[in-house]
Amino acid sequence: MSTTIEQVPTSTKQTTKIPSATIRFAGDSGDGMQITGDQFTRTTALIGNDIATFPDYPAEIRAPKGTLAGVSAFQVHFSSEDIFTPGDQLDALVVMNPAALKTNLGDLRKGGILICNSDGFEKKDLELAGETENPLNSQVLEDQYQLFKVPMTKIVETALKDLKAAGMSTKEVDRCKNFFALGLVYWLYGRDMDATLRFLQTKFGNKPQIIEANTKALQAGWNYGETTDAFVSNYKIDPAKLTPGKYRDINGNTAMAWGLMTAAKLSDKELFLGSYPITPASDILHELAKFKHMGVRTFQAEDEIAAITSAIGASYGGHMSITTSSGPGIALKGEAIGLAMMLEIPLLIINIQRGGPSTGLPTKTEQADLFQAILGRNGECPLPVIAAHGPGDCFYVALEAWRISTRFMVPVIVLSDGYIANGSEPWLIPEMKNLKKIPIKHAPEQTDGSKFLPYKRDEYLSRPWAIPGTKGLMHRIGGLEKQDVTGNVNYEPDNHQHMTNTRAQKVENVALEIGPQEVEGPETGDVLVLSWGGTYGACRTAVELMISQGHKVAHAHLRWVNPFPKNLGEVLKRYKKVLIPELNMGQLRTLIRAKYLVDAQGLNKVKGRPFAIAELTTAIKELLPK
Amino acid sequence: MANDVTPVLTASDFGSDQDVRWCPGCGDYSILAQMKKVMPQLGVARENVVFISGIGCSSRFPYYMNTYGMHSIHGRAPAIATGLKCVRPDLQVWVVTGDGDGLSIGGNHFLHLMRRNVDLKILLFNNRIYGLTKGQYSPTSPLGKLNKSAPMGVIDNPLNPLSVAIGCEATFVARSIDVNIKHLGEVLKRAAEHKGTAFVEIYQNCNIFNDGAFEYATSKDSKLDTTVELEHGKPLIFGKNKNKGIRLNGTEPEVVELGKGISEDDLLFHDEKAPEATHAYLLSRMRHPEFPEPIGVFRAVDQPKYDVELNKQVAAAREKKGSGDLDALFNSGETWTVS
Repeated sequence: MSTTIEQVPTSTKQTTKIPSATIRFAGDSGDGMQITGDQFTRTTALIGNDIATFPDYPAEIRAPKGTLAGVSAFQVHFSSEDIFTPGDQLDALVVMNPAALKTNLGDLRKGGILICNSDGFEKKDLELAGETENPLNSQVLEDQYQLFKVPMTKIVETALKDLKAAGMSTKEVDRCKNFFALGLVYWLYGRDMDATLRFLQTKFGNKPQIIEANTKALQAGWNYGETTDAFVSNYKIDPAKLTPGKYRDINGNTAMAWGLMTAAKLSDKELFLGSYPITPASDILHELAKFKHMGVRTFQAEDEIAAITSAIGASYGGHMSITTSSGPGIALKGEAIGLAMMLEIPLLIINIQRGGPSTGLPTKTEQADLFQAILGRNGECPLPVIAAHGPGDCFYVALEAWRISTRFMVPVIVLSDGYIANGSEPWLIPEMKNLKKIPIKHAPEQTDGSKFLPYKRDEYLSRPWAIPGTKGLMHRIGGLEKQDVTGNVNYEPDNHQHMTNTRAQKVENVALEIGPQEVEGPETGDVLVLSWGGTYGACRTAVELMISQGHKVAHAHLRWVNPFPKNLGEVLKRYKKVLIPELNMGQLRTLIRAKYLVDAQGLNKVKGRPFAIAELTTAIKELLPK
Repeated sequence: MANDVTPVLTASDFGSDQDVRWCPGCGDYSILAQMKKVMPQLGVARENVVFISGIGCSSRFPYYMNTYGMHSIHGRAPAIATGLKCVRPDLQVWVVTGDGDGLSIGGNHFLHLMRRNVDLKILLFNNRIYGLTKGQYSPTSPLGKLNKSAPMGVIDNPLNPLSVAIGCEATFVARSIDVNIKHLGEVLKRAAEHKGTAFVEIYQNCNIFNDGAFEYATSKDSKLDTTVELEHGKPLIFGKNKNKGIRLNGTEPEVVELGKGISEDDLLFHDEKAPEATHAYLLSRMRHPEFPEPIGVFRAVDQPKYDVELNKQVAAAREKKGSGDLDALFNSGETWTVS
């Protein structure tokens, strides 16, 4: 349903207008923090603030309750201005237990709001978090933050006593305390509860008791803020001045799935996905599996290799074919990626990167699979690689990747990461009629008896996509080296050199289609920040900040990481220093230094977390002339 | 010139222009010849036939057929064929594999293909050795076999391909022999006509690295005593003089001689349509030299086919929800307008 800006219930208390805020909900992984954060995000998006989110949850489905390993958190940055990151420091932190306090307090700014569920700080809870003293009794918290000790469990129990009398269990009552916390934060930031009430109706339509309980908890939270003397003021954040149009909130994996379906429609194709479940890519499989009526066929394969090879089979059959995975799965797909490259068929290989190597940090983000994408196969096997820069961009990256894959008859690797995949932002809803068609030609039937030439190339060096069932085009392809034009198996030395050069040239030719590298900021200057993938928002914000302080700093963000735009070398030389911040140990930097002989500096971190803007500004300042 | 009349094709129409490069005397030649001979009898146009293979000597097969074909990567042909069949149920898809390709590196895909019952045909050329990599033991090499990678003899218990297939609930399971050309042709035809995954094990001689592995089953002198041809509804009778049979003793098969108080009615009758796979499994356990080895169709039952079911779901979803509208999807849920 569409809505314009909501009427917010008015608080009788003093309201302070602020430009933006970053808040985080943290609790045990069973406390419903993700749903709380998600509801806050939706509501805030509806008010018209710009938003960026960062869900952060443990690798274990249910780590032991109350422990440090079991803490689940959801961060939301919302603003009356354009924002590109989920924020550095927290303005407000809500914690449900000591473990959540211990693991998250370091991110709360001094003087920030700290709301604690004091009922979650019993002796046993403290022991689980490895505490001997109750931190809520310490003067340090009182001194450094605006501390609010709220007995959420008891208040919710009181608010729901009628429902308890009617048979609702203690456990069910207790589970509503996240909605109490949500209600309190809604009060604090002047949010309307309507969207959440609608959500409850949709989600629990057949469980009226659950709807009533959560509604009461939500209301109790709001009322607590309004009536308790502890809270003297709440905050107001005006709507952001975004590009006019209709918006929705979208996360990266949903945007990717929708982009893929849209690419199929724009190319008059049906979509086949061969996939094997893996965090954080599985949600693309889940989303696509819902759309059989749109001709989407999802195949949950027995392993990663079957996932990609089934997609190769479907592509050979003339369908739009995709495989989705994360780094470890992509490693298993390596040989088949090489096959698809030799077959010269369209295929999208989507990698939602996570912390590595091996199983690494499955639920944490990293962008350390760049080498894998560009180099991670046997033999000379260059492929186009495109990287999404944010949740909404995943939609357009999917379209672009498919356009290139079919135009050049080449598999394309698409990089996203856990941060983009699960993070969300406002998305200007596109209209199908305004999106560019993706024209695809298949080799037509031949009935004149002439021999079909499966590797005869066009002006882009692409071979024809000839699909089984087409008369007169019977031919055999495979992983062995091909003779150019005929496609026959061929081991001649000169032919292998020629084919290797041709395939590489074909990938280089993609640069003709992607346009020159653009730069935000001055044309020449002291520092160029060169970024790729999910660090876009932090880099952009940091550079804007530096520019506003009068520094000659610019930002270039690579969308295609292979091939590089034609003018990239020339762009790099226009600045005295080049800084390449990456959530890896310097992979793009190595490629850039090797190709352009530029003394690029790195800012590198692998902590499972995105860059804070402050980390970037510090690094940029160090490169500025003294 | 497009016309609707299917021209009458012969075996040679199914041969490609590529030189066949198996070793002289390889059993693969015979299988290729039978395949080319069977093809015109199936009434399927060449452009609607696809051969997909993995890696190994057998996997060169697609190059030699004038159909569509893909020579892919080691062990993965079943998965490629599954993807193809999911989106193109109109095609007749064959997978050609060997004992190493299909059962070793591709073992996982093999078992999932069988249990899904995708409507495609899989031919496993079993020569009990690695040919292309020159003579290492394979998952079907017998215990004690001396070879390059097991100079003191194989200590891996061999797999029985038919038992594995039947264990995975394969709906069509058959065995034939490269040089038994008439039998092989018939089995290939039965496989082609089966709806669902048809699995055919073909005893194939590698005259370079494992010559004579199946001599007991192929030599004129012994084959009538060492093999038994399965026929649906018929008793299991074998031997030069058709005087021996297989009888069940409790749940165990035994070889008996006809006459002397034992008649045909006492024998085990073959039932390829038995809904439970127990009977087919029992037959797959009969190994030389204790038993004659069955050849022919062990099992042929009708079960739901993965590709058919998948496409049924697509049709059912369309019937229920229409063909979908992306604009409506983008605008679903909570939206807001910035002016």
